[in-house]
Amino acid sequence: MKERFASGYNDFVLPFMLSMIFILVYLLVAIIRVIIQLPPKDRKRYLLSLINPVILVKDIKDIICDVLLHVKIWKRKPLLGYMHSSIAFGWFMIILIGHIETFLYVPERAGLLYYPIFFRFFMMETNHTLQGALLFFLMDFFLLVILSGIALAMFKRIRSRALGMRRTTRTTLPDKIAMYALWAIFPLRLLAEGFTAGISGGSFLTKSVWLLFSNFLSNDYHILPTWWAYSIALGTFFFCLPFTRYMHIPTEIFFITLKNAGIKSWHPRKGYALAEIYSCSSCGMCIDACPMNAQKKNLKYSSVYFIRFLRRRNRRKMEEIADKCLQCGKCVAVCPVEVDSCRLKLLSRERHRDGKIKADYTYLQRVNTVEPAEKRPKVLYYAGCMSQLTPSIGKAMGSLLDKASVEWSPMDKDGGICCGRPLILSGRREEAQAMIQRNTELILASGADTLLVTCPICFKVFREEYNLPGIRVVHHSQYLNELVKSGALKVEKEDTRMVYHDPCELGRGCGIYEEPRELLSKVCELVPAGHERDESICCGGSVGSITLSHEERVHITDAAVEDLMTNHPQEIVTACPLCLKTFSPRSAKKVRDLAEVIDRCSTSPEK
Amino acid sequence: MIDFGYGLTPSSAIDLDKMDRTHFEILIRREPDVLKCMACGSCAASCTAGVYTTMNLRKGILLLSRGQEKSALEQFRSCMLCGKCQLVCPRGINTRNLILSILKTYSIQ
Ligand code: SF4
Ligand code: SF4
Ligand code: SF4
Ligand code: SF4
Ligand code: SF4
Repeated sequence: MKERFASGYNDFVLPFMLSMIFILVYLLVAIIRVIIQLPPKDRKRYLLSLINPVILVKDIKDIICDVLLHVKIWKRKPLLGYMHSSIAFGWFMIILIGHIETFLYVPERAGLLYYPIFFRFFMMETNHTLQGALLFFLMDFFLLVILSGIALAMFKRIRSRALGMRRTTRTTLPDKIAMYALWAIFPLRLLAEGFTAGISGGSFLTKSVWLLFSNFLSNDYHILPTWWAYSIALGTFFFCLPFTRYMHIPTEIFFITLKNAGIKSWHPRKGYALAEIYSCSSCGMCIDACPMNAQKKNLKYSSVYFIRFLRRRNRRKMEEIADKCLQCGKCVAVCPVEVDSCRLKLLSRERHRDGKIKADYTYLQRVNTVEPAEKRPKVLYYAGCMSQLTPSIGKAMGSLLDKASVEWSPMDKDGGICCGRPLILSGRREEAQAMIQRNTELILASGADTLLVTCPICFKVFREEYNLPGIRVVHHSQYLNELVKSGALKVEKEDTRMVYHDPCELGRGCGIYEEPRELLSKVCELVPAGHERDESICCGGSVGSITLSHEERVHITDAAVEDLMTNHPQEIVTACPLCLKTFSPRSAKKVRDLAEVIDRCSTSPEK
Repeated sequence: MIDFGYGLTPSSAIDLDKMDRTHFEILIRREPDVLKCMACGSCAASCTAGVYTTMNLRKGILLLSRGQEKSALEQFRSCMLCGKCQLVCPRGINTRNLILSILKTYSIQ
């Protein structure tokens, strides 16, 4: 290896160098801005996490898996995963090997940012060494990998369905410029290195390009223009970067370190949230995931557009989307970057509520629905508003508890207080405290040690927002499963084919997928739905949405029912009164709650 | 004299010429569903807050549509937005957004 130019410099590196300096300064300022915006407690936590070896190891692992290899996309859509990781990982390897080459052969140039990038222009191979050949081979190999990824990306723009995506995102003008620049970078690099291969040497790819061109373009005047073009493409890309979705590449690295430090968003657009929204790659996975998109005209309500408007500070559009969202959490579950857009939407609701009439919940203090503590039931059953509308669930639960000889009492038999979650979901967290406080008093006064709920909406809020020392909050899917397992309830198997619908709040919301399945498989033949577990489709009835109309909801319900019918079950079972109520009028097959099914198939062990 | 609870009730006639519907028109723009109400009362019958307070959505909509804001608004302060009324409404009215829109549109003097 020998340097071709004593100066080690050529003017064509300028576009690249200027853009690189620009982007590095920009990133530094942005990172400092985010850290300054963090509340002091979070800031301390973040800075401490940077010296914590356990978190650091996790940071590095996550950066490799998520930013370079895109493991999460691979898991869901392999071809799309290949597209992302070939470009990201390939590019990283080219940069890395470029640095290794520079370090090995011209250590004195190691500080120059542009040298490893334009290595083949400045260096020529004089004699073939194994080391040199290997490095050149690797460079060509990863260039080929990237080129295949770019080819897929172009193909995806034309036909998104081919990569397993029904819909892809709309691009903006800066996005387009950066995208074309990105597409141009690697073919130009191939050309530039190809033209130079006669002098600098190359491997299977670049050398072949040189051989091909040398037959009819064999003159070295092409060398400089192609290197200029390559450098300009790089420059364009990096200058556009902050204004495009590609900003996610550097941001995600920073975001991972914030996320692993255990910080959460507290404002829809500041600090953590800022890093979060700039980490969204506009990959569009959330578009296909969103149940609202059962109707094509609702595509605009997908999380990716919410984040886009949030980023552009378009308050009107952003609020419109935030208020539509069902808060089903599916977009968060599929998001490869783990952008918690549901939380951002809630925070946005909380900030932009402008009610003139203040709520008055003082009357709650007078509500007293529990019996005095002397009776001390073991289990307090809270039906919640929704289960009150589906009396069959309460009836079945009562019958089951009696069969299992559990000492229990109802908490809201003739009316009660809402758990407060619907209020929180509409952005009124402070007002909800009135409900939380009074319910807590009532529960503690009952003397029970278990709070049993049949509504996952209530279940989630009791677990997350209530402070109930010494009291176990349990969902009936868990509780019944325990009763059956311990032999307190005897069940018999029917030969009905059933499908289980994962309620959003129970599955994605509380992570309970196994218990209802374990329980149901003891009493019936359980067939899978089209989409299950964290990919289950919201029933459309969610209290999470504020502005979604009944007509729009019906389409979601129909899509969900159709998906549940994939394997032709005879009945649909769910574990949420709201799902039950939403599905029932739209389903040809009978819809039941878990409690009803178990009640039908169980007997008391004494008999 | 013994009060038997009978007496003259004030006239409930509404003067359409004097009726002020400006706020109601804004409400219609915010949640057009309000026009769908057929005053069946299912919402009031199932209301969580209604067990303890005067909360009655049917009545509220009716009064607001007649411009009788004064007597209609106070009750909405007790609504817990639980959404039961929405589930039972035979007209599929988005009652939660309707109530939120009422809280945004009107103010209590
Ligand atoms: S929110 Fe997540 S899933 Fe949606 S476009 Fe952004 S990165 Fe992709
Ligand atoms: S939470 Fe559900 S409804 Fe809301 S945007 Fe995400 S997928 Fe769509
Ligand atoms: S979460 Fe829903 S079902 Fe449960 S108590 Fe509150 S309003 Fe009722
Ligand atoms: S949302 Fe309000 S009006 Fe409707 S049932 Fe609940 S408390 Fe009553
Ligand atoms: S249930 Fe619906 S239609 Fe009936 S009174 Fe209430 S809002 Fe009106």
